[in-house]
Order: sequence, then structure tokens, then C-alpha cells
Amino acid sequence: MSDWRYHISHNLGTLTAVGLFAVMFTIYISNHEAGLTPAVATTAANKAVLLALVAMAQTIPVLTRGLDLSVGSVFVLANCLASAIVVGTIGQGLLGCVAVLLLGIVCGFVNGAIVVWGRLQPIITTLATGAIFYGIALWIRPTPGGDVQYDIADFVAGQLFGVVPTALVVLLLVVLLVWIPYRSSPLGRGAYAVGSNEQAAYMSGVPVEKAKIAAYTLAGFLASLGGLILTFNTYSGEASAAIGGTYTLNSIAAVVIGGTSLFGGWGSAIGSIFGAFVLRTIEDLLFVFDLPPLWQPLFQGVVLLVAISLGAIRVFRIRNRLELFT
Amino acid sequence: MTERTPLLELKGVSKRYGGIAALTDVDFKAYSGEIHAVLGENGAGKSTLIKIASGVTDASEGEVLVNGTPFRFRSPTDAMRAGVVCVFQELSLLPDMTVADNLSMAGTPTRGGFIDQKAQRARAVELLKRVGCEDVHPLELVKNLPLSRRQMVEIAKALAKKPKLLILDEATSALTAKDVERIYLIIRELREEGVGILYVSHRMHEIEELADVATVFRNGRKIETFKKGARSVNEIIQMMIGREVTHHYPPKPPFDDSRQPALTVSNLSWGHDLNGISFTAGKGEIVGLGGLDGQGQRELLLALFGVLKGVEGTVSVDGRSLQLSGPRSAMTAPLPLALIPEDRKVEGLMLPMSVRDNLTLASLQQLRSGLGIDTERETAAVNEMVARMQIKAPDTSAAVGTLSGGNQQKVVLAKWLMTDPGIILLNDPTRGIDVGTKQEIYRLLRNLAAEGKTIVFYSTDYAELIGCCDKVLILYGGRITRELKGEDCTEHNIVAGALNVNPVPEKAA
Repeated sequence: MSDWRYHISHNLGTLTAVGLFAVMFTIYISNHEAGLTPAVATTAANKAVLLALVAMAQTIPVLTRGLDLSVGSVFVLANCLASAIVVGTIGQGLLGCVAVLLLGIVCGFVNGAIVVWGRLQPIITTLATGAIFYGIALWIRPTPGGDVQYDIADFVAGQLFGVVPTALVVLLLVVLLVWIPYRSSPLGRGAYAVGSNEQAAYMSGVPVEKAKIAAYTLAGFLASLGGLILTFNTYSGEASAAIGGTYTLNSIAAVVIGGTSLFGGWGSAIGSIFGAFVLRTIEDLLFVFDLPPLWQPLFQGVVLLVAISLGAIRVFRIRNRLELFT
Repeated sequence: MTERTPLLELKGVSKRYGGIAALTDVDFKAYSGEIHAVLGENGAGKSTLIKIASGVTDASEGEVLVNGTPFRFRSPTDAMRAGVVCVFQELSLLPDMTVADNLSMAGTPTRGGFIDQKAQRARAVELLKRVGCEDVHPLELVKNLPLSRRQMVEIAKALAKKPKLLILDEATSALTAKDVERIYLIIRELREEGVGILYVSHRMHEIEELADVATVFRNGRKIETFKKGARSVNEIIQMMIGREVTHHYPPKPPFDDSRQPALTVSNLSWGHDLNGISFTAGKGEIVGLGGLDGQGQRELLLALFGVLKGVEGTVSVDGRSLQLSGPRSAMTAPLPLALIPEDRKVEGLMLPMSVRDNLTLASLQQLRSGLGIDTERETAAVNEMVARMQIKAPDTSAAVGTLSGGNQQKVVLAKWLMTDPGIILLNDPTRGIDVGTKQEIYRLLRNLAAEGKTIVFYSTDYAELIGCCDKVLILYGGRITRELKGEDCTEHNIVAGALNVNPVPEKAA
């Protein structure tokens, strides 16, 4: 089928990220003294899934040619809130989980509403709202601490049937139940259309405003899910500016490594997941090769630079020099 | 024909942008089962008419009626729901998405809230077949298609919306002859099905071949609606030109064929946009580039300034050949080139920066002293230029963005004059500026020419070409189709040349 040629070329960015991760992870595992045991996999997965969720969150506004600098803050805010309300019986804990995710949805909706109705630039809007969300997190949890419902936490941070890391299953469910339905709905297509060419999208009858608001709202939801799972890993909440900032910046890096264009209209959240995995594996590689962890930023930078260079190949085909600047 | 209810009717419609009237008190009717051609020069109001009819903008005054009932289109989607669908000149396709996605962008087939990929695919295959593009794969990305295919996909997309009134705005400008035939066939089929068609084209033979009715616009007013064959080509051209008061132009010296050549272009080609352009421009000569919009004039100027890559042919300046490798090399030619770009806000000015910084940006090399800039000389040069060009700015440190359009354009011109160019290329320099400034610019151009500078000047305003130029080159499809010298530069000849028809050549009295 010649269709395959198109499917492959449309997903080249994602496939490249998958390949890169596969190579790096194989090197990691083959140099790990214990090999691929459920415990090793679970440790790796628990760390990677957090960034993967925040990177998925970042992908969606980026697809609309926007950016969400508040994903890290929503992540931290969800963590702080969860450490306060996901407690008690299992039933109460689950109710708390729902409340945390609702808060994420509200945060995302606020971002989208300001960007669309306030007609402000996404980068500055989310910088401001991010600071506000972080402020609320500090208010909820001025000092690190809190608690979390142990049964839920142990389940999510553990393994399913003693083999598969539950966090990975959660991520898979998010892909199957959130990303894929979104991607194949008119709303998701609207996000791509808006990012590809907003004027043309408007002219074609795409509900531009709805698509943008939905994109930021979904980003808020995914980021808060990440914060919730963080709580299950740490059994506590911490309003840390450093964590928020790192997750925001790494999410953008993961989006780029995953082949999503910062100019919008092109890419996939699945690519971003593997982009996040790649970034996490760098850390693990430094560990197994006994290199100082201080080298991590340097290696991340090199990987990022290589990834974006691949995306810049188009420059060689340009005929009008003015197009270099668009 | 009995009095039928028009599919679309405009009653007393006017449209103003700022203080400028784009459309004045227009009554217009389009019926089902009829191909209605809309004619007029650049800026006659055709695009505004279409924008109002398709819901892109709102009329300032007057009524829009669909099937006899007043209707207010707030967006293209509103117009689509009323059955009015437009194929836009500037394409409305989404470049990063597949052909199938694009064809189903509005009215996406869904099943249970999700996009029905199978139905979408089937629709795409059917539509592509209808427009004769079976060679286009539905999963191909639009940005990978050549322009002519993209235009066919655009038309297919319009057909997908099952229009009652289909508006085609210069829809065939990028098409091959075979595709044009196909489009004619589709248009006639649609007419048989009772669809109304508004057809905007500059190509006179297309109008003759297709239209049942034609309406001529000029200066935002409707001039006349007439049936096919009721008017001759010459009469139509006359209607399009009209009798209008022209601006005051500085007196032209008699045409001189013996000027020393400053710029010699031979066989310049670039992709499909420029096809073997050859001409010479003499010292002290103003050469106009005319013709319809988008026939390669812009590309020609960009190519001469070295902006385009992969240009074939040779260019020599003052007898020495010019490397087309970038603006730097053009600016350091024996007779330095300067290009006054089309969009002053994007390519010409740094709007937030001061008048002074903008003025000296291109000539900083000359004002250098050691590692820095000789500020005294800079100030002197800036003041001299502001006085010479009569740039009205509160202060040379004011941001350029705060000046009026006319003064902004003067800053762009002044910026390049400071580099002391020998050859000045201008891309539609008077668009969107007031009459007073226009006249100042005309005088300036004539004075520069008298100093021996060579000016190559593209304008969409025919009157300007006649008033200013010693020689006018008419471009059509990336070729020079006509060269009008001195007294031959009449509006009639320019319009006829632009439309590429051959009516009786008219000699000026």
C-alpha cells in the first residue's frame, strides 16, 4: 500500500524520537548491572512518565502555534493540592484526585480564555498565570509536607501483576483515552489547522477560538495529572519553583525532540512522550557510566541541538532568501 | 427573461477602510444558473465586493439579500451556510495538513463525534476525481503540492461545500491550460445544475468564452452590467479606464533612445515566475513595470537585488556583470542598487526604532569611524535628508511607527538615498499613501532621474506609470509582452497590454 509511505512520512518526527530513545535505553539497560528487572523499569518509568505528561500538555498549545509556560506551575500546584486533599479512605482519595484534575482543567481554561478573549500573546499570558498558579501552590503548602492516600499511591507507583510499571499503563491509557480521541475529533483537527495557518483556518470555517481554548484546557488537565502522579511518588507536596521551572523548560525540549514544530500545525503528543523519555534516559546514562550528574545539562543541550538541526534541513531547499526569515 | 429573485443581491452597498472608500453605493445582482463576470482594474472594488459577498468583511452601508431576504454575514461560515462559497485568490488551504483533511475542513464527516476517516477519504477521492486531479494522493500534504495542484484542491474544497453561489476570484491564474479547460467544464456543469457563479478574471478571452453577463467596476463604483456580446472588447476597456482626473505629474523630458545603458538584463529566468526577461535601462531614465498584479514584477525586482536563489540569465551594471548573490553585492555594484520594498512595514522599516536609526541603517558603512559610528556626521546626514525629503516628524528620535503612511514611505526612500545609489528599484512605492505625498515622490523621482540615476519602478496604478515613466514594460506570465516608449505610454495601450489582448493599437494624439 502506498498509504504507508505517507503515514511514515507524516510521523517521521515521532519515529525518530522513538528510535533515539530505543538506542539510548538499550545502551542504558545493557550497561546496568541488574539488567531490565521490573524494579529498574519501574524506577525509570515513574520518573519518565511525569515529564511525559507535562510534555504532552505542552504539545497541544504548541500545535496551535502557542506556548504554555505555566505547565510546570500547574504541575506543582496539582502536587500541593493533592498532598492536602487526596487523603482518607480510598473513596475520599479518589474524590480528591478528581478535584485535583478539575483544578488543572480550570487553570488551563483560564489560560485559554485570556489568550483568546483577551487577545494576549500566549507566552506572556502563561508566564503571568504560571506565577499566579505557583503563588496559590505556595499558599496551600508554604513548607514541604502533606500526605497522600497510601493505597492509591502504592498502586500507581508500583507494578501491575508484579511486572508492568503502573505509571506506564496510566500513560498508555492517557494516550488511548485522551490523546487519540482528541487527535481524531474535529476539535483536535482545529488545533492543527489554527497552528498551520490561522487565517486560512478561519476562512475555512474552523472554530478558531474554541480550538484554542480547548487546547489550553487540555494542557491544564494533563499537567495536573502529572502533578497528581508526582504526589503518589513522593507521598508529599512541595511548592518548589525549581521543579516548576525545570518541568516547563524540559517540556519544551521534549516537544522539540519529539518532532513537533514550534511554528505550530505539525507534530504529535506521542512524539513528545518519547522526547521526554530521551531526556530522562540521558540522566540514567550518566549514572550507569559513572559520569558526574553535573554533565547532564551539557548532554541535554547537545541532544536538543542535534534534534532541532534535523528540523532545519528545509533551509537548503529555499529559493527566495526572504523565506529564511519567516 | 422574467423578473426572478436574485440569488444574491447587494443594495446600496458601500465600504470604507479608514477614510478611504473602497466601494460606493453599489447595486449588484447575481442569479442562479448564470455565469457573471466581474471586471475592473486593480483597486476598482472587485475584491471588496467579493469579501462582502463571502462574509469576510461587513458592508459599511447598504443591504445584502440572499434569495430576497436580508442577511448579515458575520463570518465566512455564515456565508457558507447561506450557500455562498468563495475560492480565494490567496489560498485558504492549510499547508501542514493532508489534502483529505483540507477537503473536509468544513463539514467534517463524523461518526460518534470522531472524524470518520473512511468517509473523509471517499469524499476526497471523489472530489479530486471531479476536478481531474486523480494524480494527487489524498494523504499528500498540501505544502508538497505545486501551486497549480493546490489551486485545483482549493476549487475542489469549494465544491465540497455544495455551493448555491460560487465565487471564483482569479481562480485560473496559476493553472495550466489543461486545468483551465477542466475548470470551464466544471463551471458549465454547475451552471446547468442551477448554481450561480461570480467569476473575477483579468483575462478578457476567458470572460468572452464563459460569461453570460458581465459587470464593470471602476473606482469602487459599478459602471454597467451588460449581457454577453453587448459590448466590444474596446468598449469594455474604455469602461474600465473611464475619464478620470489624473494627478499632477512633473513634466517629462522627450523620449531619448540614445541613453547610455546603466542596467542591462538578459534572459533572466527564475522558476515559473520569470521567463527570459531582457531589457535595458539607461542613465537618467525612469522605466516602469506594468501589467496585472502578480505577473512577475515583484520577482524581477527581487531577482535584481539578489534576494532570489537560482536565478538564470545575466545582469550587468554599467557594463560590468553583477553577481546576484544577495543585497550586499547589489549594494556594492559599480552603480549601487537600492530596492524600496513593497511592504514598508515588513521589509522596509523597523517600526519601533527611531527615524534616525532607520535612515542610517543601510549606510552605516559610510558613516563608520573606527569601530563606532561618527555621530556628528550621522546627525548632519540625517538632518540634511529630513530637510530634503520634507519628512514630517516631531523629532528624529521619534519611532517611525508613529509617523503617517506617507512620511513612513519617505523614510524608506530617504534611507536608500543615503546610500547614494545609481540604480533605484521601487516596488509599488505609492500604495496606500496620500495624494500630496504621492506628488512629492513623483517630483523626487524625476529629479533623481535628471541627476542621472536610473529608476525601475513597479506600480499597480496605470496612471502613475503614464505620468512618471519614460518607458513602460508590460509583464504577463513572467515575460515582457510589450515595451511602450515615450508617447506610446497611454492608458489604453497599458490596459490592453496588461490584459494581453490585441485591440487596435492606439497612438497618442
